[in-house]
Amino acid sequence: MSSSVTTTSPSAAAPADGGTKSAPRLRTGRKHTPGRPKRSVLLTVLTGLILVYTVVPLIWLVISATKSMDGLANSNGMWFAKDFALWQNIHDTFTYHDGIFVRWLLNTLLYVVLGAGGATLLAILGGYALAKFNFPGKRAVFAVVIGAVAVPGTALAVPTFLMFSKMGLTDTPWAVIIPSLVSPFGLYLMWVFASEAIPTELMEAARIDGAGEVRTFFQVALPLLAPGTVTVLLFTTVATWNNYFLPLIMLKDPNWYPLTLGLDAWNSQAQTIGGDVVFNLVITGSLLTIVPLIAAFLLLQKYWQSGLSAGSVKE
Amino acid sequence: MTTLEPPVAAKRAPARPAAKKDRRSWTGWGFVGPFVTVFALVFLAPIGYSIYLSLFRDQLIGGTSFVGLDNYTQALQDDQFWSSLGRVSLFLAVQVPIMLGIALLIALALDSGRLFGKDFFRIAIFLPYAVPAVVATLMWGFMYGTKYGLVGDINTAFGITLPDPLSSDLVLASIGNIVTWEFIGYNMLIFYSALRVIPLSLYEAAEIDGAGQIRVITAIKLPAIRGALVIATIFSIIGSFQLFNEPAILRPLARNAITTDFTPNFYTYSLSFNGQQHNYSAAVAIIMGLITMVIAYVVQLRGMRKGA
Amino acid sequence: MRRTTGRLARGITLLSVLALGATACGSSDDGSKDQKAVSAGDIQAALKKGGTVDVWAWEPTLKSVAANFEKKYPKVKINLVADRSGDKHYTALSNALAAKKGVPDVAQVEYFALSQYSLTKGLTNLAPYGADKLKAKYTPGPWNAVNDGDKVYGLPMDSGPMAMFYNKKVFDKYKIAVPTTWDEYVAAAAKLHKADPKVYIANDAGDAGFTTSMLWQAGSRPYKVDGTKVSVNFDDAGAKKYTDTWQKLLDQKLVSPINGWTDDWYKGLGDGTIATLTTGAWMPANFVTGVPKAAGQWRAAPMPAWTKGDKASAENGGSSLTVPELAKNKELAYAFVEYANAGDGVQTRVDEGAFPATVAQLQDPKFLSKKFDYFDGQEANKIFADSAANVASDWSYLPFQQYANSIFNDTVGKAYVSGVKLPAALKTWQDASVKYGTEQGFTVEK
Repeated sequence: MSSSVTTTSPSAAAPADGGTKSAPRLRTGRKHTPGRPKRSVLLTVLTGLILVYTVVPLIWLVISATKSMDGLANSNGMWFAKDFALWQNIHDTFTYHDGIFVRWLLNTLLYVVLGAGGATLLAILGGYALAKFNFPGKRAVFAVVIGAVAVPGTALAVPTFLMFSKMGLTDTPWAVIIPSLVSPFGLYLMWVFASEAIPTELMEAARIDGAGEVRTFFQVALPLLAPGTVTVLLFTTVATWNNYFLPLIMLKDPNWYPLTLGLDAWNSQAQTIGGDVVFNLVITGSLLTIVPLIAAFLLLQKYWQSGLSAGSVKE
Repeated sequence: MTTLEPPVAAKRAPARPAAKKDRRSWTGWGFVGPFVTVFALVFLAPIGYSIYLSLFRDQLIGGTSFVGLDNYTQALQDDQFWSSLGRVSLFLAVQVPIMLGIALLIALALDSGRLFGKDFFRIAIFLPYAVPAVVATLMWGFMYGTKYGLVGDINTAFGITLPDPLSSDLVLASIGNIVTWEFIGYNMLIFYSALRVIPLSLYEAAEIDGAGQIRVITAIKLPAIRGALVIATIFSIIGSFQLFNEPAILRPLARNAITTDFTPNFYTYSLSFNGQQHNYSAAVAIIMGLITMVIAYVVQLRGMRKGA
Repeated sequence: MRRTTGRLARGITLLSVLALGATACGSSDDGSKDQKAVSAGDIQAALKKGGTVDVWAWEPTLKSVAANFEKKYPKVKINLVADRSGDKHYTALSNALAAKKGVPDVAQVEYFALSQYSLTKGLTNLAPYGADKLKAKYTPGPWNAVNDGDKVYGLPMDSGPMAMFYNKKVFDKYKIAVPTTWDEYVAAAAKLHKADPKVYIANDAGDAGFTTSMLWQAGSRPYKVDGTKVSVNFDDAGAKKYTDTWQKLLDQKLVSPINGWTDDWYKGLGDGTIATLTTGAWMPANFVTGVPKAAGQWRAAPMPAWTKGDKASAENGGSSLTVPELAKNKELAYAFVEYANAGDGVQTRVDEGAFPATVAQLQDPKFLSKKFDYFDGQEANKIFADSAANVASDWSYLPFQQYANSIFNDTVGKAYVSGVKLPAALKTWQDASVKYGTEQGFTVEK
């Protein structure tokens, strides 16, 4: 039953290779692809349609961020207003309400470093264990994880709140960080990745050399897992950066808000009696919120791109 | 429950001397322990608590009383619950195949090496995933506006009247569009990563056989990434059944179309937060969790069986 | 699978036991222990001793009030948590009350939501602190909302006597007289929309607060509450007046289907496509920041009447400051509430644009003659104050109005998007409210 899938499986194919250890098993570029394909204009155009679909809303966001409240109300959404207020908007976003946006940005960074970092670490450890050890209850672990994830989170919010409240965690950063530490998808990715990337022979060799489990993990496994780590880190970072619902329930004090909650609060000022309507800051703040993530993608993409391939060349 | 396990490990297991593994049998817990501990705290404990809560009824007048499985029988006869489940099932049946289909096609296109500007495409199509749901829904809310939004602009520019994307008939499709937009790139990346690590030897064999592109895709690439397809499908199923953020954030723009029982997750939220019916909400959530689990499990079985 | 579930079940049993221990009993030890009167001396002593007061309120003018209060009582620190309004605020408050931890000392609660919290013993009866002697300070509508028999669950902070705001430029352009009755209103709506199909007399996509206020003005009293006995009935003469009139607007598509408080709504108020807005007197502040473009174009007028010359008005919105039962330092909390809503704080807030619930401010010549720049110098407070004086005070909300309002669009919303007529739609709302009330243990008369 379970043996039917060959997920991402250079090592699964290893026996078929007859131990061609020296041969690069991975396509490292176009030259290895069968048929040496020519670039296709048609295919590029078709994919381009999807590209338009994905970027048009982002273009709207960028254009809208250049508009004042007045410009937003009086101009076509897909083109610039007469006034160009981007710098003013950015300035206002950072200084509005005594610069609370900066505080939210720092909070978000804190949640990402501890939450996403921690989640990645736990996923690495867990994935490594699932891939490389046989232990009692192993098969149940992932089944329980998937099963638990299947229960709608909104219904769990109140019980979680009550528990966290008893532990004195609500309205503190921990109420955001601790739930962020669990990434079921990260666990799955690391599991698959560790199965592929770490040759059991290498672990055994290390053990024969007298290395303990901890040392084997750090010296043998961890370096091999680095590329997968970057991918999981990427996913957990995005998840933490975009986290909305649980912080909404857990946090009352705006000083602990992440950016998503802060923007939502600014947006909802428009629905408040006597509230200050700041749609322009909501939009500019939204843009500023995704810029760091996009920058991180671009910076890290080298790693997860080469990573996903290089990781499999494990000799 | 042998299924949710990367098969690679299982396949190789017989080749390893069993004794060595058994000797270290508890070591694995040391590594998986931290994950499991936190997981138990933030998932299992609240679920356990919810199950406990679901056996009671708390009234504004009269307080709390033990009611056994009454909440469950009530939920099973609750039209609002079933209609919301019907709605997300429809969503699942239409949106998930479209989203995963497009994501797969792009991944294959990227992997084929036939695209100009491949790296640009990959990163640009992945970008929407970086946009928080709050922001994404805000943007699409604007674009859906028939008065001042993009739809309105198009109507004015071409002198036509497009149907209102936020009307009762279309709002589910409009939400599907937002979700598709948000997650195409994410799924694309998962498929693409899986495609990138297909062993070269398989292609070489195909090359010798003189297989064409399509044949390479159907005979080599798709079977090779089946695991990724199955897990993406399972997570998409869970995501569909738990649809919440997008309807919740879009609701101020379409209060009559997006009812408080629009999706099961939104329904449990409304029960819990508007009605203070935590107990009943918990029962609905547990039932929903069980249904989701069963479906995910069936997909897993079927996904694995095909081509076995 | 069987093995898994077995283990899972065992784990869950364990956790349930833990949870059981953790939450002990869900119901509170009710605050029915007889409250002793708190003397003014006690409160003064608390102020001298000092401490911190946690205040959860979104009302923006409280910021200055808190600062002034701290200046006056240097030992007291006001920790103002200015969070979001509406549902999210109540979610946080309900969660804290359920957890019996992290409860604020002072919480802002809108009038419609008050009885739900007082009924579940979440709020302190402020009468023993002297609140019962403040009745004369407030207009009848707000006082009626915070007062339940000999108990007082909060002090009114602001009020929303209704008025009709209209875009004078639009009315002038199409030479349409400002309507004074709802019949004239319907006629004006038709004329406006005919003159320019883009222009609507108002937006209405279904709003519980608006509809209940309209019913209130029309003399309908759908909710009757006597302790735990409630009744819901939208089938009275007042409701018929409202549904007859409003159905005409809906049938002829004379109201714009834009939801209130959205981006589009602000734009519509700004570009003349929404010509009137009938709402609470707190609206000017939102006009100033949300619709800067239309400054000078709008004016206030009395809410249209059901019969010519009738001055009956209603409240829309408005909120109170309350002291939760689990507040740490109730004397101090009350001192702040009284300062903000009955003392010096009122003037501070009025000066910053809030609309008061206190008679003194509403009759203050300075207040009445205030010229609103936004309304091109109009002395709009005269209209608002007049409205406040004509609010019928015998209206009551359901003790679960929060829930009822949340399902308004599920039920009455059908009248806005399908062929269902308003009376039938209101009936579905009624049925759903009755069902919920019965489930919650109320004695609901049909």
